[in-house]
Amino acid sequence: MADRSPQPDSPELRARWGSFEFSSEYKAKADKAIARYPEGRQKSAVMPLLDLAQRQVGEETDTQGWLPLPVIEYVATYLEMPAIRVLEVASFYFMYNLKPVGKYHVQVCGTTPCMLRGSDALFETCAARGMFKGHVSQDGLWTLTEVECMGNCATAPMVQINDDNFEDLTPERLDAVLDALAAGESPKAGTQEPGRHTSEPSGGPSTLKQMVDANHDYRSEW
Amino acid sequence: MPKVTVDGQEIEVPDGATVLQACELAGKEIPRFCYHERLSIAGNCRMCLVEVKPGPPKPQASCALPATEGQEIRTDSQMVKTAREGVMEFLLINHPLDCPICDQGGECDLQDQSMMYGRGATRYTANKRAVSEKYMGPLIKTIMTRCIHCTRCVRFSEEIAGVDEIGALGRGEDMQITTYLEQAAEHELSANVIDLCPVGALTSRPYAFEARPWELKKTLSIDVSDAIGANIRLDSRGREVMRALPRNNDDVNEEWISDKARYQVDGLQRRRLDSVWIRKDGTLQKAGWDEAFAAIAAAQPGKSIAAIAGDLVDCETMFAAKALLSAMGSDLLEGRQTGMAYDVSNLAAVNFNSTLAGIETADAILILGSHIRWEAPLVNVRLRKAAKRGAKIFIAGPRWETTFPAEFLGEDLGFLNDVPQALSEAMTGAERPAIIMGGAGLAAGALAPALKLVEQFGLIKDGWNGFNVLHMAASRMGGLMLGYAQAGGIADVADAKPKVLLALGADEVDFTNFGDSLKVYIGHHGDKGAHAADIILPAASYAEKDGTYVNTEGRVQFAEKAVFAPGDAREDWTILRALADTLGVELGFDSFAQLQSAMIAQVPALGEEGLADLGALPKPDAKAKAQGSISAYPIKDFYLTNPIARASAVMQRCTAELLHGEEILEAAE
Repeated sequence: MADRSPQPDSPELRARWGSFEFSSEYKAKADKAIARYPEGRQKSAVMPLLDLAQRQVGEETDTQGWLPLPVIEYVATYLEMPAIRVLEVASFYFMYNLKPVGKYHVQVCGTTPCMLRGSDALFETCAARGMFKGHVSQDGLWTLTEVECMGNCATAPMVQINDDNFEDLTPERLDAVLDALAAGESPKAGTQEPGRHTSEPSGGPSTLKQMVDANHDYRSEW
Repeated sequence: MPKVTVDGQEIEVPDGATVLQACELAGKEIPRFCYHERLSIAGNCRMCLVEVKPGPPKPQASCALPATEGQEIRTDSQMVKTAREGVMEFLLINHPLDCPICDQGGECDLQDQSMMYGRGATRYTANKRAVSEKYMGPLIKTIMTRCIHCTRCVRFSEEIAGVDEIGALGRGEDMQITTYLEQAAEHELSANVIDLCPVGALTSRPYAFEARPWELKKTLSIDVSDAIGANIRLDSRGREVMRALPRNNDDVNEEWISDKARYQVDGLQRRRLDSVWIRKDGTLQKAGWDEAFAAIAAAQPGKSIAAIAGDLVDCETMFAAKALLSAMGSDLLEGRQTGMAYDVSNLAAVNFNSTLAGIETADAILILGSHIRWEAPLVNVRLRKAAKRGAKIFIAGPRWETTFPAEFLGEDLGFLNDVPQALSEAMTGAERPAIIMGGAGLAAGALAPALKLVEQFGLIKDGWNGFNVLHMAASRMGGLMLGYAQAGGIADVADAKPKVLLALGADEVDFTNFGDSLKVYIGHHGDKGAHAADIILPAASYAEKDGTYVNTEGRVQFAEKAVFAPGDAREDWTILRALADTLGVELGFDSFAQLQSAMIAQVPALGEEGLADLGALPKPDAKAKAQGSISAYPIKDFYLTNPIARASAVMQRCTAELLHGEEILEAAE
């Protein structure tokens, strides 16, 4: 499991992030998130605000973004809540990075369905590019994390990279995706299986076949 | 009032009760770790599982399940037994088997409950989890591997203390309890989490590896570090008080005590006066009792003798001194050491009339010059409860960090003459309005103008008296009941130029005003009073004598003797009794029991434990005008307010680290 302790507090960390503030664009989004909740319940917006803060840090550092302690404290002050309560949330959810990450956060699912469908080979592919679990690669481009089930078992194996899922992977297809990302392109998200659109059964429907074109009443057949 | 059946026994339970409470009402013991009567319900330890019908065919957590009409609850079925064994086994998976070196051993909920409800042997063979220690300040020692994630400490700091500093980071097996960035827990009640912790994860740092609970003698006592009179238990071994723990008393301290009450006890071993000293040629020299008494008699005080009571003395000591003085023909008694001279002709006017339990039901509170967190941390807990129920709180005086929403009205007291509309509306519109007058308010002469507001705000209602004075000295109310007050305060005593001044543990007095008097210090610590004294007679501290104390709400409470005083020190009343012989007067008592009967004959209220009836509030003085302002509070350092605390190494460390932020480097271990 990933190390979920926050990046240690240090003068350098304070110097770099101590003056963090939402940019006007993010501030507008943050205030919109707060406005969803009744007056006095602004604490409820802590999760969207942490996400926004992480994205802004990501833009500033050209990475996926992470949450340095001063940024967590900024969010706490913004919502008038104790910093420990914000840190509790940030350390609970794996979507919040507590340590610096690369430009692309490669999260490979290693749970049983993906493992059976070949996720071990995906890890090897990543390792061949110099990625190690929990570390940022030398070129600052990649961070590799092994994650538990992401709910894409029908299209296993899968990898989540930043905001997109890439499914039905083989080592070659993953290589292609990573190459495209490294080249600054935006590869197609979702399934990589030719001819497949989303998570529909491969090879056409195997049940409820008569409902493919029109509605069909199966009740008389029960 | 739903009716439920617990193990075949039908009982009626109050509305809103939980199944756990219903079982307790039926006399069944339900094991629990996370559930605590005074904290919110978490439901995360799963130890309180019971079988409830109707409901899913599986055990349910009784602490979080409301009791409803017609429930059939079983706490003795095979399902419940198996469930408890299962939960206990899970809890013990990651709990180290280090009971022999754990300070909680012998008073550990986990230990007791695993004996009662556990399987008896483990089936777990894999590696256990280990968690790094977390720093939580000079009072709380952490061994977080032992933590079972009940979150009582988190809920305490958030709900009771009102200082959000402890939290649970991570999740699942990786969850860890810590303070933010491992800063020290910085509030006046922080050490209560040690009592709350059901295991040995949070233990007492000063008491670490000192003693085992079964080798300690337990004595019921009363805390003297403030005027609340918190009920405590002193645990002693031999002649040493090892620790102080709170006792349950819903009327006074619920089950909390302040860090000072808990940790000043190590001061009882340090800087103690354990022999008689007489000042000769400007320096204090050791002497004998006879020599000291002879020196006092040689001063030939006659009527010219005065007594000043310190903050920590019991009523018996004050009565003995009073008896001595009246036998000599003097009534120069004073207890307000710092020179305050508020009117005490009516004691109800200087009493906490709402009672400590009552103040939490107030719905509008005006605090006049009191830094409540430092002057009475346990009242602060009550105020926080009141604020949570929606009470509006106003504070006059310099700003301090409150743990509840409050409006500061500034330092100037002029507003008492012409009450601002917002305040007036809030107070008059409230059902149970209250004023709390603190030491700074009394010193600024705000008592009389505040009494004028009693009628204006409607502080007296049916079954409600909202006028309160919050004292800071454990001896204050008892002293006032015994007549330890001069009209002009201590200045009157100084003006009388007594030949002999008896300082009964009085350490806050400006003794330069008594240059010509023979100053006899009868006390237990070598503090300011002893430095100024001409003769020092070593006496007993609160832990070393039986005594009666009256707290700020006029509650008479009795403390028992836990240990013997060190060295030559004697219980205070015996010193005064012996002194009476030397001075050739009769006091009318030869034993402690006789002393108490004489005291109760004079002040009957002191003979009955419980609230003393101090009568009705006086008629206000229509001419009283509030003047001046409250620029500072009397307590400059929460941890060092009395001679015992000043002698305590733990309190010294607390003040250095928590108040002055010094880095205390741990010695390499």
